[in-house]
Amino acid sequence: MTDSHQDTWSVAGQTFTSRLIVGTGKYKDFAENAAALKASGAEIITVAVRRVNISDASQPMLTDHIDPREYTFLPNTAGCFTADEAVRTLRLAREAGGWDLVKLEVLGEAKTLYPDMRETLKATETLVAEGFKPMVYCVDDPIAAKQLEEAGAVAIMPLGAPIGSGLGIQNRVTIRLIVEGAGVPVLVDAGVGTASDAAIAMELGCDGVLMNTAIAEAKQPVRMAEAMKLAVQAGRHSYLAGRMGQRRYADPSSPLAGLI
Amino acid sequence: MITVIINGDEKRVAPGSIADMVQALGFRPDKVAVERNRAIVPRSALGAVMVTAGDVFEIVHFVGGG
Repeated sequence: MTDSHQDTWSVAGQTFTSRLIVGTGKYKDFAENAAALKASGAEIITVAVRRVNISDASQPMLTDHIDPREYTFLPNTAGCFTADEAVRTLRLAREAGGWDLVKLEVLGEAKTLYPDMRETLKATETLVAEGFKPMVYCVDDPIAAKQLEEAGAVAIMPLGAPIGSGLGIQNRVTIRLIVEGAGVPVLVDAGVGTASDAAIAMELGCDGVLMNTAIAEAKQPVRMAEAMKLAVQAGRHSYLAGRMGQRRYADPSSPLAGLI
Repeated sequence: MITVIINGDEKRVAPGSIADMVQALGFRPDKVAVERNRAIVPRSALGAVMVTAGDVFEIVHFVGGG
């Protein structure tokens, strides 16, 4: 049996044991958020970059509750609709955090939050030229994924379904094609709704799964975080174990010989 | 006092360094990132760069997000 502690993955030279990346948005409060992160076993967490509230400096700050020394913070560009906005946001993020590993997402429209691949590719090129290590949210398109990798993306992160939709992996064929074609880690980012969705992503051979809403909007987020941890591990073991072949008809599991 | 734009709003601040300004606003300079006139000000330089009238600042920090 594969020891899950030895089954690591690496992105941009950093090695991780947990294959679950979780977001820090939409939680009731920082305490619940912190408890869910702990239960998820995640080593990487995504954070957003926003203006401080200059009229009220007393508001609680994320970094007071979630320690950047305990988790690898992955700053994102959520809410950016152009390459320029995304690059500008990540330049600030790099200064706020002091590291180059970032999550790029450039959105095309508010209704679907589908990625704008033209702007995403442009931003990837700029970020790589400036020394960033971008993990890139993208459409589940094997050609677009290749182009991002060629541009220097350190990980390809196709959507399973629209952000926050919880619809699960809509196109297993394209996710699998991306996995087969990629020379960098592939993580399903967005669309996971429940534990089985995360397991499916891992069974397709993905290196990891990134999610936020599926945990934050569960009735019991901490318990769902634990479920997601187990689902990602189960899916990974299943993928490594190699599933049985499928048949159209039954095949008995008990011997036919020796029947009374 | 000099007038600058911080996060889109006009603000009167005391003359001094960017670090002084950030502290006067109630934030710790080591917990934020600052852009001045569209250029990043390295955290190590916040104490050395002086605020000048008309500067446009973005002061950001990490918040929860997916």
